[in-house]
This record gives sequence, C-alpha cells and structure tokens, in this order.
Amino acid sequence: MDTKDKRSKDSISRRNFLKIMGVGAAALTGCRGDGRAAGNAGPSGTVAEGSMSYRTNPKNGERVSLLGYGCMRWPTLQEPDATGNVIDQEAVNRLIDHAMAHGVNYYDTSPVYMQGWSEKSTGIALKRYPRDKYLIATKLSNFSNYTRENSIAMYRQSFADLQVDYIDYYLLHSIGNGGIKTFRARYIDNGMIDFLLEERRAGRIRNLGFSFHGTQAVFDEVLAMHDRVHWDFVQIQLNYVDWRHASGNNVPAEYLYGELEKRGIPAIIMEPLLGGRLSKVPDHIATRLKERRPESSVASWAFRFAGSPEGVLTVLSGMTYMEHLQDNLRTYSPLEPLSDDERQFLFDTADLMMQYPTIPCNDCKYCMPCPYGIDIPAVLLHYNKCVNEGNVPRDGEDPNYHAARRAFLIGYDRSVPRLRQASHCIGCEQCNPHCPQSIDIPKQLHRIDEFVEQLKRNTL
Amino acid sequence: MLRKSRIAAAAIFFVCITLLFLDFTGTLHAWLGWMAKIQLLPALLAVNVGVVVGLVLLTLLFGRVYCSVICPLGVMQDVVSWISGRRPKHRNRFRYSRALTWLRYTMLVVFVAMLLAGFGTLLAPYSAYGRIVSSLLAPIWQWVNNLLAAVSERLDSYAFYSVDVWMKSLSTLLVAVVTFVVIAVLAWRNGRTWCNTVCPVGTVLGFLSRYSLFRPVIDTSKCVDCQRCARNCKASCIDIPNHRIDYSRCVACMDCLEMCHKNAIRYTRRHGTPASTKASATAAPAADVSRRKFLGVAGLLAYSGLRAQEKKVDGGLAVIVDKQIPRRATPLVPPGARDLRHFLSHCTACQLCVSVCPNQVLRPSGDLERLMKPEMQYERGYCRPECTKCAEVCPTGAIRLADLTEKASTQIGHAVWTRANCVVVNDGVQCTNCSRHCPTGAIRMVPLDASDPKSLRIPAVNEELCIGCGACENLCPARPFSAIHVEGHERHRLI
Repeated sequence: MDTKDKRSKDSISRRNFLKIMGVGAAALTGCRGDGRAAGNAGPSGTVAEGSMSYRTNPKNGERVSLLGYGCMRWPTLQEPDATGNVIDQEAVNRLIDHAMAHGVNYYDTSPVYMQGWSEKSTGIALKRYPRDKYLIATKLSNFSNYTRENSIAMYRQSFADLQVDYIDYYLLHSIGNGGIKTFRARYIDNGMIDFLLEERRAGRIRNLGFSFHGTQAVFDEVLAMHDRVHWDFVQIQLNYVDWRHASGNNVPAEYLYGELEKRGIPAIIMEPLLGGRLSKVPDHIATRLKERRPESSVASWAFRFAGSPEGVLTVLSGMTYMEHLQDNLRTYSPLEPLSDDERQFLFDTADLMMQYPTIPCNDCKYCMPCPYGIDIPAVLLHYNKCVNEGNVPRDGEDPNYHAARRAFLIGYDRSVPRLRQASHCIGCEQCNPHCPQSIDIPKQLHRIDEFVEQLKRNTL
Repeated sequence: MLRKSRIAAAAIFFVCITLLFLDFTGTLHAWLGWMAKIQLLPALLAVNVGVVVGLVLLTLLFGRVYCSVICPLGVMQDVVSWISGRRPKHRNRFRYSRALTWLRYTMLVVFVAMLLAGFGTLLAPYSAYGRIVSSLLAPIWQWVNNLLAAVSERLDSYAFYSVDVWMKSLSTLLVAVVTFVVIAVLAWRNGRTWCNTVCPVGTVLGFLSRYSLFRPVIDTSKCVDCQRCARNCKASCIDIPNHRIDYSRCVACMDCLEMCHKNAIRYTRRHGTPASTKASATAAPAADVSRRKFLGVAGLLAYSGLRAQEKKVDGGLAVIVDKQIPRRATPLVPPGARDLRHFLSHCTACQLCVSVCPNQVLRPSGDLERLMKPEMQYERGYCRPECTKCAEVCPTGAIRLADLTEKASTQIGHAVWTRANCVVVNDGVQCTNCSRHCPTGAIRMVPLDASDPKSLRIPAVNEELCIGCGACENLCPARPFSAIHVEGHERHRLI
C-alpha cells in the first residue's frame, strides 16, 4: 500500500493516519458474510452423505463436486489473532469438515482474499486431509505490481501459504479489468504466461485457466489464445440475471458460456448468487419463487440455474455460514436440473428484477480498503437493501415517505458508521479500477449522498 | 388541599422541564418549550415583559409560588429534603432560624456584579438545574436509549436510534457536579437554605412576597405553641414564640397548613405587618476553568501485512483518526445569536441548546469569558441547513431565528483554506468534498497550477457567500486538522 503510493511522505499527509486495519473490518464484515440472509437458508433437514453431484474434467477425468467452496468470504474474528490473521480459523475448520464430509472437493482462493489471509487459513484447514481428497484453486492476483519478479514471488508464496507442492487449478485472476492492455502487461509482456505453461508441464500446475470480468473484445482475444495456451478451464460470472442482463462492462453469460461450450472448455461458475443479491430479493420476487417451490430456498433457484448446464465443472459459493453451506449441499445432493419451463420462469423473474434500480455490487471488497476510510460495499448494500424493501421513496408525496425516510436514515447509521458513509467520499476514483462489476463507485456514492441529503433536509 | 395542589403542579413542572433537557429528538419542545421561557432570569434577559409582569403579580398575590412550583431547582431541593425527612428520627427535623438578610442582599449584589462580568450564570437557579440534568442525567438517559436502540435493531424496528454519548466540556461537568453536591447537601440537612440565602431569584421574589396579598397566617387564639409547623418548615421561617412568619423566606409550600392539628394556620388575605428576616450561611460552588476536550479514541489496532511479495489485498478498513479542533481567533456562535456581545449578555448557560443540538456542534465553552455558554465546533458534525433547534428552544432570546431562510442567509463566519493540510496537494488526488457539500456554493474549484488548467483543482472560498456552517470543515478528508476551517465573526450579518 505504502510503497505503491509515492506522494505520502509529507508529515501532514493523512496517509500517516490511515493504515490498513483488520479490526473494524472484522467487526463489520463478520456479520455480513456473503450477504445471504439466514432467513433465506431454506428448509432444514440433513443431507445424505455421498449424494453430491459430480462433473468430470474432460482433460484428466477427475471428478469435481458441483458445489465448489469460494474462500473469499470466510467468517472473521472481532479482532485479528496473535499472528494478525483476521479469519476465524476454528469456524473455517468446521465449515470445511462439513463440506468435505458431504463431498465438496473444490476450494477456490486467492493471495488477496480476506486481506491476504485466505490462502493461509484455507491451507491450514485442508492440510488435515490427504492431498488427493481435495482440489485447490488459486490465482495470480498481480494487480498492483506486475513485474515478472513480483508475479513469480506471489506464485511461490501461494505454495507456502497453502502448504502444497502442486496446485490443481491455477487462474490468471480477473482478466478484463483494465482492458487488453492490462492483460498483456500482467501476463504476456513480462513472460508470465510462458512461465506458467512451463510450470504446468512440470506438473506443479495441473490445470491452467483464467477468471474473467470485462468486455467481449478482451474475452475473444484471450480465448483466441486457446490454440497456443490450451486453457484447461475458464471461470465466468453466470447466473439467471447475468445470462442476458449483464451489468456495466460485463458480457452476458449466455455468450461467455456459449463460446466455451463451442471449444469444449469446462466452465467454472462464480457469482451464481451475485453476492447475495439473488437471495435477498424484493419481497414479491421471493413470493413468486416460493409459490413455485415452497420447500426450496430462494438461493436454491440460482444454484440450480448455475449448475444445470452440462459444461459447468463446479459452481463456487462463498459460504460464510453453516446454514448456507447446508442449503447449497441440499441443492446439489443431487442436483435436480432445471426444466425448460423453469428456465423460462427464471428469465421472466430476472426481467422483473431488472425493474429494481439496485447497484450491481456483489460485496467482493476488491475496492477496499478505501484510503479515505469509506466502507464502500456497506453503503451500496444498505442502499440495495432499501431498494428491495421499498424504502427508497421517489419523492415526498410517496404514501410511504415518512416510514421509508426513517428506515433509510436510521438503518444507514446502523449499517455504516458515520465517518465511513458516502458523505466522506472525496471522488478520487482510486477504487474504480478494482471493481469487477465496473461500477462507477464515486458516482454512485455521491448519488446516494445526495439522496441522503434530500431525505435529511426533507426536500425530496 | 392547597398542599396537594402545590405538589401536583410542582411535579408536572419538574418532570416536564427535566424532560426538556433529556429529549434529544427535540419533539417535546413544541409542547413544553414555554416552561423554560417562563423562568424568571431567562424571561428578564429575553425582555419578555409579559412573563416578568406575570411572575411579579403572581408573587404579589400568592407569595413565592414560583419557588415551590415553577423553579426546577427548588423542586429538586424539595425532593432531596423529602427523602432526607423519610429517615427514622428525622421527622420534625427543622427549626426556626433568623434570616441572614445581610448575606442575601450581599449575594444579590455579587450576583448582579457577576452577571455584568459574565459569570452570573453560576448562581442562576434554572441554568444550574439545566447543567445538572444535561451533564449528569442526560448521559444515563441516552445510554438507556442506546440500549433500547440495540434491542430495536435486533427486532428490525426503527422505533429507537442510537446517539453518541460524549463529554462536551469537563469544566461544565465539574461545575454541575459541585453545584449538585452543594445544593443537595444543603437540602438534605436544612431544606431551602440555598433558596433563602444564595439564590438571587429567591431574594428578589422574597422581597416581593413580603407584601403578598395571600399568605399563611397564624391564628394566635388557636395556636397551642406545639412547634409542629415550625419543625416541618423547610424554609425555617415560622417563629412560634412570637407567632410570626418570615414571608420573605416562605415559599408558599402549604406544608404548615396540613401539619397544624388545631387549624391554627390558614392561607388567607393579608392583614398585618411583615416580620424581619434572617437565615443560615452557605457556600458558593467553585468553578473549574480548565478546559479539556473529550476525544473519543478509536482504539483500533492497525495491521499491515508484510509479505514477501507486493500486493494490494482485498477488504479491510482504513483507520480514521479523530479530527481535532482548530484554534479559532473568534469563537463561533449559532446563527440567530446576532453578535457575540448580545449573545454573551443574554445567555444563562442553561445548556438547553447544547442538549438538543442533533449534530453535536454545540457544546459549553471552557473559555473563562464565556464559561459554560455554548460555542460551535465542527469536529463531530456541522450546522445542518434543515435545523434551527437551538433557536427554537432558547428561553432567553440569546439565539433567535425567524425561520430557516434567515438561518440559511446568516453569515456566522467564513471558511479558510490551509494549503499545508489539503489532500489535493499532499496526496495528489482530486478531492471536491468541500465544494460538493457547500450549501451556498461559496467554494469553487480552481487549478492548483494557475498556468495549467488541467492540473488538479483546489478549493477557493468566496467569503462573501460563505455562511460558516462548517460542512466543508467537517467533511474535509484531511485529519486530524482539516484543510478548510471556519473562522467566527463577532457580528453576524445577512448575506
């Protein structure tokens, strides 16, 4: 952080006062998790062990559980432990034990997740199992410094933190962010792609692929390298909303999946639930889904959608809570594929959801930490929550205006400490390049701030 | 009957005035604000002729009913004294004492002198009570509220919201503690000693009540000299051997009427001559003049992950350092104060405005000249455009606003930019937060390098448009000292 910033030496500079911290993050993120409300965890009931659906990797024939564990949203501690780790290791062990017992064998992490602690904690928990019982996926997350030396150092550190001597699935992380230029700088010009191909040949990387967020042109160009690189898999964002209504720069999942299917490349699915936005839905959407399958959770629809295409190797879910893990295990043990009728029903549901002006934030925290202390995802999530609950009045004439105003303002102070609210966003735009959903974060924060200001002044 | 009516009325006034100081939402003031405005000293300072004449007439007609019913500090002493009297062997604990007239008038002269010097607020009864409630009771009230807010948050209800409890001024807290202890001890031991020796309002009203039309009178034909009335008179003003009552000290509490078995005391029209006065001594509360700001410490541990390779990791929150208060050449007082001199000569430091300020801007000053009178600081919040709470509640007219428009166009100070603190200069990032939040558009962004129109832009304040609300100072990202701060004006003006 500090080395990146060349302007911070002045004694009065605020950077002296701003340091990355774990505690506040732990206190705040610990209760948000992947954003799936516990109330949506669905009907209880134990899942029979050994009934998990598996897909086969066409390259080597290995069986991959349809449910993959995303290690970006582990439960956190109130404050970091003695080593500085922000993750609740005991809770992680419990979750992984439960997942392993029910057949989950794919674990996806990155050197930058969880303030840099995800690999270490995931490695500690998995170390307790034989190495051939689980598949590990991690990434080359060389966003801030992409020299060859730094990239290789990051690659090697992953082995140390995960305590492994080979990695099953290795990804070029978040291709498309920053366009084709950034892609070339991160992987081609510094020779990293050749380095990684060599590592694959040596067996330290068993499958090489990339995760993708960005425009179609970048996707096409990187996929065109298939003849030379031979991508073993590609990780894409796929869910029933993004299938046709991808937000920002994102490409509709229908296209992404279609291109992969054409080439016979297995797809790994991320954001099947849009960071909880497909489980925390407006009330009448939830009712609509419940009417159709009263005993299934709202989230289960999204997982069935993501898991139904045959070319999908695994569907990742960042499960913070045991209840979410159990719900997802129920959905995939075994998977009941969507019928054509149900697919259409979900597309219609997506069309209905598009009428709600939520901000496409998936709470991935790539934008964080904001150097000026704003809790960006918390602000956006509070706004989305109020949109879904009908607490964003259009104007003062709204029949619900007074109750909605109170709910929005009091809820705002509860969800986000005052000093971390949108009014403190200075508009420096340092967050924007990090957002995989290409949200113009300062613009949204200023819009929310203006709305709050109107509510406070009663001038809406 | 008379006594019961007095107690009922006193209870209503006491509870309602206390609630005025506790209610941080500001909703009660619409209904009960008049109770603060009929207090004698605030009414005098507000030149509220109607109220003053009314109170004088009330006293001339019925004696010091004001001291027994309207004055919250008087009622507080009655409560303390009543509890003290409930102890076993402490019934009939009072006795007649001679009035200390010289002390009373000396104290009155001292008070007037202090008032002119600007310290009169120390002895003013209503203000003293306000400080006690807002310093000692309000924090408890707010903590209970926060507990309820935490519960209602769990229940997903918006009935309660949490508020910050913070020490606004150490000196005011100390003054409140000393005042409370001194008055409570006096009341515990001797009832209304404070009111009849120190309190300037008591002395003035006592002078009037000597001539009141209605008063308790001893019927010597019925009196058996049992001393029951005198032993229960908290003002120690019934002289049974001479069958006289010192009406300058009698607060018309009517206790003696009910105490007398022989119906020898009646509250009736005057037909006699007033008696002489005397009473016991007391001490004035000391004032601590030290000033210390209570700075909430974030207390958050910093963590920086040192690893072999360089990476920007995801998540976490930057530590936010508390803002510090800049040195201001001229203190900031709220719009509606008109000018510093007017403000200081009218304010009695009752803390009502400090109690209701929803933006944590107002707090009692620790400065000797303005001791405990409110001043504005912007490190916790700023003077928001939709709020005129302080002017609505001010009983003395020290802060007076016609409407929101007047506030929006009143210049109480002007913003000053400090280059050395600005993040545009120091961090090399574009920041427009001060300009974006300025309600009057007084801050324009101009190029840092005048010769390069594309360079980063810095704020430029048009002092003529600035009203001094402090939005820029409060929301400035520079910490602990903002890069833009407000300097107060001695005379406010409309722009």
